[in-house]
Amino acid sequence: MSTRTVTMSVNGEQRRAEVEDRTLLIHFLREQLNLTGPHIGCETSHCGACTVDLNGVSVKSCTVLAVQCEGAEVLTVEGLAEGGVLHAVQEGFHQQHGLQCGFCTPGMLVRSYRLLQDNPDPTEEEIRAGISGNLCRCTGYQNIVKAIQYAAKRLKEAQSVSA
Amino acid sequence: MNAPNERSAELAGIGEARLRKEDARFIQGKGNYVDDIKLPGMLFLDVVRSPLAHARIKRIDTSKAKAIPGVLAVLTAEDLKPLKLHWMPTLAGDVQAVLADDKVCFQMQEVAVVVADDRYIAADGVEAVEVEYEELPALVDAKAALAPDAPVIREDIADRSEGAHGPRSHPNHIFTWEAGDRAAADAAFAAAEVTVAQDMLYPRVHPCPLETCGCVASFDPVRGELTTWMTSQAPHIVRTVVGLLSGLPESKIRIISPDIGGGFGNKVGVYPGYVCAIVASIVLGRPVKWIEDRIENISTTAFARDYHMSGELAATRDGRITGMRVKVIADHGAFNSHAQPTKWPAGLFSICSGSYDIPAAYARVDGVYTNKAPGGVAYRCSFRVTEAVYVIERLIDVLAQKLSIDKAEIRRRNFIHREQFPYTSAFGWQYDSGDYERGLQKVLEAVDYEALRAEQAAKRADPDCPTLMGIGICTFTEIVGAGPSKACDVLGVGMFDSCEIRVHPDGSAIARMGTINQGQGHPTTYAQIIATELGIPSDRITIEEGDTSTAPYGLGTYGSRSTPVGGAATAMAARKVHAKARKIAASLLEVGEADLEWEIDRFQVRGDPERAKTMKEIAWAAYQHAPSGEEHGLEASYYYDPPNFTYPFGSYLAVVDIDRATGETKVRRFYALDDCGTRINPMIIEGQIHGGLTEGFAVAMGQQMPFDAQGNLLGNTLMDYFLPTAVETPHWETDFTVTPSPHHPIGAKGVAESPHVGSIPCFSNAVADAFAHLGVTHLEMPHSAYRVWRQLHASGVAL
Amino acid sequence: MIPAGFDYHAPDSVAEALRLLDELDDAKLLAGGHSLLPMMKLRFAQPAHLVDLGRIPGLSGIREEGDVVVIGAMTVENELIRSEIIRRRVPLLAEAAALIADPQVRNRGTIGGDIAHGDPGNDHPALAIALDAGFVLEGPGGRRPVKAEDFFLGTFMTELADNEILVEIRVPGLAPHTGQAYEKLKRKTGDWATAGAAVVITIEQGKVGAVRIGLTNLAPSALRAEAAEQALLGQPLSETTIEDAATRAAAICDPAEDLRGDRDYKLAMARQMVKRAIRKAAARCP
Repeated sequence: MSTRTVTMSVNGEQRRAEVEDRTLLIHFLREQLNLTGPHIGCETSHCGACTVDLNGVSVKSCTVLAVQCEGAEVLTVEGLAEGGVLHAVQEGFHQQHGLQCGFCTPGMLVRSYRLLQDNPDPTEEEIRAGISGNLCRCTGYQNIVKAIQYAAKRLKEAQSVSA
Repeated sequence: MNAPNERSAELAGIGEARLRKEDARFIQGKGNYVDDIKLPGMLFLDVVRSPLAHARIKRIDTSKAKAIPGVLAVLTAEDLKPLKLHWMPTLAGDVQAVLADDKVCFQMQEVAVVVADDRYIAADGVEAVEVEYEELPALVDAKAALAPDAPVIREDIADRSEGAHGPRSHPNHIFTWEAGDRAAADAAFAAAEVTVAQDMLYPRVHPCPLETCGCVASFDPVRGELTTWMTSQAPHIVRTVVGLLSGLPESKIRIISPDIGGGFGNKVGVYPGYVCAIVASIVLGRPVKWIEDRIENISTTAFARDYHMSGELAATRDGRITGMRVKVIADHGAFNSHAQPTKWPAGLFSICSGSYDIPAAYARVDGVYTNKAPGGVAYRCSFRVTEAVYVIERLIDVLAQKLSIDKAEIRRRNFIHREQFPYTSAFGWQYDSGDYERGLQKVLEAVDYEALRAEQAAKRADPDCPTLMGIGICTFTEIVGAGPSKACDVLGVGMFDSCEIRVHPDGSAIARMGTINQGQGHPTTYAQIIATELGIPSDRITIEEGDTSTAPYGLGTYGSRSTPVGGAATAMAARKVHAKARKIAASLLEVGEADLEWEIDRFQVRGDPERAKTMKEIAWAAYQHAPSGEEHGLEASYYYDPPNFTYPFGSYLAVVDIDRATGETKVRRFYALDDCGTRINPMIIEGQIHGGLTEGFAVAMGQQMPFDAQGNLLGNTLMDYFLPTAVETPHWETDFTVTPSPHHPIGAKGVAESPHVGSIPCFSNAVADAFAHLGVTHLEMPHSAYRVWRQLHASGVAL
Repeated sequence: MIPAGFDYHAPDSVAEALRLLDELDDAKLLAGGHSLLPMMKLRFAQPAHLVDLGRIPGLSGIREEGDVVVIGAMTVENELIRSEIIRRRVPLLAEAAALIADPQVRNRGTIGGDIAHGDPGNDHPALAIALDAGFVLEGPGGRRPVKAEDFFLGTFMTELADNEILVEIRVPGLAPHTGQAYEKLKRKTGDWATAGAAVVITIEQGKVGAVRIGLTNLAPSALRAEAAEQALLGQPLSETTIEDAATRAAAICDPAEDLRGDRDYKLAMARQMVKRAIRKAAARCP
């Protein structure tokens, strides 16, 4: 059973570690880098609690090998806030009561972040489809939809100010 | 001085849609769930499980597993026997195998555990353990459990004629429980103008929170102390159980429920994995982590329902119900490990007369063993209330159809009327308060019920209409807030709950409760209760729960008991603080206590409001110079034993459109009106209702745990087990009325389970209503496209 | 759920990947991993070696070669949805890809993996059949083409040899006046089809000039419903011909009973999906 060294950028920081070939990205992040934001919910790539951003797209880190991420850029929920300022999706989830137990939240936030990067002005239907790879057992999604709409609005406002 | 309304708004007390205090850590990935905990030297435990549902164990060979580098121990029942821990008592008066002793009685039963340096090696070790089985015939159908030739599941108690709940008539029989007045009910049926009967199965489902169960057990051999972080909805009870099992004094045991990723009943029980991790930590002297995977979670820890119900109503020709009878075969699985707090083996099932004034009623439940997983729990409800509400809400629709009475109208004719409260039901429950007509009327107006029925009639008249339209109504009453200790206990511990409040010199405060948050918003809402009672701004109040070494003893959070019991304890503890504060204020203002009046955050002299002492000033004074005869400090605790349950209620209405070609059911509209008494935080209440409705939708439309004839669970991952995504989940409309509980200190009743309990029969009623004109009275859950299509086909209306 | 140990290889060329396949005992190709890794985590599959195709340049991407749309086998589902070429030339693939799995999985799951796995529940086989696509398999002896309808031999059995790699999917140009549609009945997001039907139909002067129908998850492998096609060919499209086609399509199905439904239901749904897809595709004929 072989091991190897992997190097990747995680939340903007170069990280290097020895992993087994079979190490899953989620375990690499949680166990070796102590980034316990992404969670393990189903292990069969259905629930999305382990969602992270990998090279600019959302993936389920329970179904990606750490060795596949050599040289990659990874973003987890821990990297969303910048300079101590919450990202608009984080603010939206708080303001619109988009979370209850909080377990799906890190995956949901990272997914919402990417959704709004790809589609800054989504309809409700697009939001619902966009988060359909993330299960939430607590909220019934209605407030999550509102949270993402709130974030979309804030991001647009910020953009028009900076423009 | 601020105006009173400004000061009140600053408090963010009861009634405010206060944003949640606890969100900050969750949205930044800084939650602290059990699997996030990492201790120096920590090992990982994984479980070897039976692939067969019923089999004798011929041989277990652990040698290959033990030879794997990094595997520290492999434990089987033989290893636990010297400790007398291979079996454990259950909360329901039975015993359950911790590790299978001689035979396995359900698929995925725990057979051995492997303890290794990390979870990868532990998984390799599990695969390397060799177990030889001799397969036995499996008993899957609960209705066949009591047949003379049924396979005997529990050889360990086969010859016992008495169980924890009375006589046993068969080796697979657990109990017979009766409620109500059988003779009176039989007389009502004998005299009835009309009767209806309907069999219905409430299928076995699983609560399936997104976080599975797990623990980190850490025994310190030097101090002789055990600390265990655990996904538990009831950490104090776990401490007591661990004390009984281990022989350690409770003072040496610390159970911590950190952040919990949803419970919904799944995390009430005490599971073999916890016991094994604790044993392994004690034996090895190192911390041991055990975390279930999703298949283990769905297959073994907790299930809910599995009630085969036969219900009957007797009535007059104009639809007045005169009697009710219900018989149930309850499938309890291989061990009776039901985690429920009442003194009755069928819990609160006898709330099944619902919102209706039924003069005579009788219920009988027979619990049986089958080759399925044990550990039944109340999945987002009080124990057996969901089943009870389902049976009455389905039956009243069946009666309406038989008599051709509108389904809203028949409910009106049978409601317990507002002026009848407090009302004693035929089963003996004392309903605290209610106003059922008002809620139903509000819903019917909001959705324009008459227009919906007209649309339905037009569609039924059109043979080419591609859909069947159904309108479901559910006017439910719940019973929550376990509970009065005369009715409820766990292992003899009464079902009180507790709160300790300590006001600091600067007027901020910390409060600790015996309940435990799993997403319900306790750190936010408990603070709001204290804010209103004591005039301390919510933001200056810290709420702590879940650590048995700091929190007062409490019975935990399930059965919607946090607000009814923990919330009451909080208000009462606050009132004790308030009473002392009054004494201090009187002393400071040099007036008699009777001369003081309370206003928002201060005591002021009656008739001279300028002379006042705020709670902040009083707190400082309490530490500076207590009045003579008083102790220093400003704190109080309260253990609240509720005088009664609370009875939240609601009126729900669903409109569904069924595709005649595929059987798919689309929820066009769902309107939920809830009355949970006093509303502490409307934002959180609405969130709880959205979540409960969504879980109800999942149960009604897709969740089930199907077994084949050999007892294999078909569909134990999230590929098959239905957890709806944002795409499948309907849009919810919510509404409310407020009918306070007369016996609760702040009039609150509890809300989080109502939407689950109430929505499931509402969906079933809507689906059945779509077929009503075709003579169909009932469709079994879940209403998957496939099952609905079979009815379309049978009724000759499939396209 | 932890996979058993294996050695990971990340070749940077098809030739190197083929060499590894040849040299290594018990090696499996890793594409998007969303079928293979779960199977390995459940320990249903325990290959000694994984050969990752993810680092081979040129294996992914979409291009036009004259009339033919060429899709690299490692192209992920979301790329099919986004691709301007696909939307213009083969909108069927974009429509169907959006019905596969969920947004995250579509960022990993590849068209080639979906096809090469040979799972009757996968959607691309029937789509490829309906599009009359060809697959390019590369082995030690070079490349060879196989038509989609000849590729699928049974559940998890395909024309792909152990020492070959699926490198390209080639979709031929479609006649003018052609419409395409995929109808997929599923229980929820991320599920496989209870029944699925892909239809590519050409309607000229009011009559069906050409039609191909592929069926998903209705037999041990994806099916081409030739008899159904015959029922439509040369006919004006009417409810009668559509019914007839649906009946003929269902007649060749041999679905397995599972939690999605029994045989009767799946056969009835095969009819429904075929009818819906024909109507929708016909309505899209320019």
